[in-house]
Amino acid sequence: MAEILTPEEIIKQGEPVFVKTKLMTDNTLSYCPGCGHGVAHRITMEVLEEMGIGDQTIGVAPVGCSVLAYEFMNIDMQQAAHGRAPAVATGIKRLFPEKYVFTYQGDGDLAAIGTAETIHACNRGENIVIIFVNNGIYGMTGGQMAPTTLEGMVSSTSPHGRDVEMMGSPIKMTEMVATLPGVCFATRQAVHKPGLVRKAKKAIRKAFENQKDKKGTSIVEIVSNCNSGWKMTPVDSNIWLEENMLPVFPLGDIKG
Amino acid sequence: MEEVRLMKGNEAIAEAAIRAGVDGYFGYPITPQSEIIEYLMLEQPHLRTGMQVLQAESEVAAINMVYGAAGCGKKAMTSSSSPGISLKLEGISYIAASELPCLIVNVQRGGPGLGTIQPSQADYFQAVKGGGHGDYRLLVLAPASVQEMADFVDLSFELAFKYRTPVMILSDGVIGQMMEKVVLPPQKERLSNEELIKKYGSWATTGKPASRERNIITSLELKSERQEAHNHKLQAKYKEISENEVRFEKLNCDDAEYLIVAYGSSARISQKAMQIGREKGIKVGVLRPITLWPFPSDEINKLADQVKGILTVEMSAGQMVEDVRLAVNGKIKVEYFGRYGGMIPSPNEVIEALEQKLIGG
Ligand SMILES: Cc1ncc(C[n+]2csc(CCOP(=O)(O)OP(=O)(O)O)c2C)c(N)n1
Ligand code: SF4
Ligand SMILES: [Mg+2]
Repeated sequence: MAEILTPEEIIKQGEPVFVKTKLMTDNTLSYCPGCGHGVAHRITMEVLEEMGIGDQTIGVAPVGCSVLAYEFMNIDMQQAAHGRAPAVATGIKRLFPEKYVFTYQGDGDLAAIGTAETIHACNRGENIVIIFVNNGIYGMTGGQMAPTTLEGMVSSTSPHGRDVEMMGSPIKMTEMVATLPGVCFATRQAVHKPGLVRKAKKAIRKAFENQKDKKGTSIVEIVSNCNSGWKMTPVDSNIWLEENMLPVFPLGDIKG
Repeated sequence: MEEVRLMKGNEAIAEAAIRAGVDGYFGYPITPQSEIIEYLMLEQPHLRTGMQVLQAESEVAAINMVYGAAGCGKKAMTSSSSPGISLKLEGISYIAASELPCLIVNVQRGGPGLGTIQPSQADYFQAVKGGGHGDYRLLVLAPASVQEMADFVDLSFELAFKYRTPVMILSDGVIGQMMEKVVLPPQKERLSNEELIKKYGSWATTGKPASRERNIITSLELKSERQEAHNHKLQAKYKEISENEVRFEKLNCDDAEYLIVAYGSSARISQKAMQIGREKGIKVGVLRPITLWPFPSDEINKLADQVKGILTVEMSAGQMVEDVRLAVNGKIKVEYFGRYGGMIPSPNEVIEALEQKLIGG
C-alpha cells in the first residue's frame, strides 16, 4: 500500500515548479498587484541568468514606474533622467563595449520626452537592448495621457477621451525605429498570458544574443497593462488590453 | 614627453584631454567651441590612446552619455557654449546628485537667448550658483590663458575623482579662440579595466561580481529623511572642497591701494589696465580667482582691510561683483565695471572706471 506523503515530503521529493532567479532581489516589488512590469523584469533577469551574463551586464532604469528597477534587478544599474536612458546606455556601451547594456523604459519615457535619444541611439545602431514597456499611459504620475494612449481613451489629461484632432494618434515607435538600418531586431510582445510570457522571453533572449554578436540595436516592446492608471481590476485590464491595445499595437516581429 | 606648440585655447583643451588619458568625449557643435570636437575627430584619439569621441544628437544626450560613462568610473567629458550648457543643466544636476566625476567645459558666448557668438562671462551665476535644480555645486576653474586651458583638464579630473563631483572649466570665446604658446603635458596612460575596477569598483557600475553587492548610480531617494541625509553628505563634501581647493593669483597686491578682481580674459585685460594705472601713479593690484567656486572670499576679505576700494571687471552685467561684496561684507566700497553682449572692455576703459567709481567717487 502506498504511503501517504506529507506536503513537506512532496516538496522535498519533487522538482520545484518555479524558482525565482537569483538575479531578482528579495525586495518586495513596488508595482501594483496585477501590473505587467514585474513579469517583464523577471523574464529579463531570467534571460541574463540563463546566458550567464548577469555579472557582465549594466542596466539602465528610466523615470516611470520602473524607476526603482535597480531595487529588484540584482545587477549593477544606473538610473537615468526621464527619457535619457538610451544616451546613458550609449555612454556606458561606448566605453565598456565588452559589457552587456540594456535600457528598460516606459512609453512616456521612450516615445515622448526621450524620442530624440531613442531614435538616435537606434540610428547609430548602438549595440544595446531596449526593453520598452508600453502601457499606453503615464503610470507613475497617476494616469496622464501618453503618446501611445489610444484614440478616445480616457486619462487624467484626456478626461473626455484622446482627441486625435488635437493630440495626434498613438505613436508606433517600434515600427518607426525598425526603419533605421542600425536596428537589427524590433518586435512587439505581451506578458498577460503564460504563452505570451514564454514568447516575450524568447524575444528578449534573441535581443541579448544579438548584442553578443554585435549586431546593433534590438528593441523589444512589451504591450502591458496599467490596471491602476486604466482604473480597472487586473483581470479586466488584461481583457481590455486584448480587445483595445492589441488591434492598434499588434504582436509579432517587425524586423529581424 | 612635453611639447611646445602654438594653439587655440579650444585645441589645447582637446589635445590635453587626449594626454590626460580621458576615456570618452561626448559633444554637440556650437560656436565658439566647435574646434574641440573638430580637433578630436581629426586627431582620431582612439588610435593614439583608445579614447572614444562621439558627436551626440544634442547637448542633452551628450551630458547623459557622460553620466553613463562616468557612472562606470570612466574619465568622461563634454564641452559646449552657453546655450548648450543651459540644455546640459538637467544632466549636470543628476551627475552632481549621483556623485559622479566628470569634466564640463563652457566656452561662454554672449546671451541671453541665442545671443551672440562673441565672448562673454555672463554664465557666472549659472556656473557657481547651481544653474540646474537642487542644492548642488560645481567646482569651477577659470583659465586665463591657452596654457591654463591645457593644464586645467588634468587638474579637473584629479579634483573630480578626488571628490567624486563634476568640475567645470568656465572659459570664454576669447580664450577659446586665441592662439598662444602652450607647453603640452606628457601622455598619461588610460586606466585598464582591471585598474579601473580596483580603484572605483566600490561604487562604479562595472558588472556585479558574486563577491560584492550590486552598485547603483542614482539620485532618487523617496524617503525625505534619507534624501536629507544624502544632501548633508553633499554639503559636507562641498565644505571640504571650500576649505581645500580655493585657488587664486595676486598681482601687485602688496602695496595696492585699489584692487581689481577679475577672472579669465577679463583678468588679462585688467592686468594691462593695472600697468596703465601704475604708470599714472595709481597703486592698483589684481586678484584673479582661479576657482570661481570655491571663491577666494577669505583672501578678498583680507585685502579689504588694506585697500580703499575694489572694482570687479566682468564681461557680464555684474555677477561676480555680488560674491565680492559678500566677501567684503560692507567694509569698503565694491564697484563693478563691464561690457557685455559680446563686447570686450579695453584696459583704458577699465582704468577710467576705476578712477571714476573709486578714486573720484
Ligand atoms: C523632466 C521630467 N519631467 C516629468 C517628470 C514626471 N514624470 C515621472 S514619470 C512620468 C511618466 C512615466 O510614464 P511612462 O514612461 O509611460 O512609465 P510608466 O510609469 O507608465 O511605466 C513623468 C511625466 C520627471 N520625473 N522628469
Ligand atoms: S501605476 Fe500602472 S504601470 Fe505603475 S505599477 Fe501600477 S499598474 Fe503598473
Ligand atoms: Mg507608460
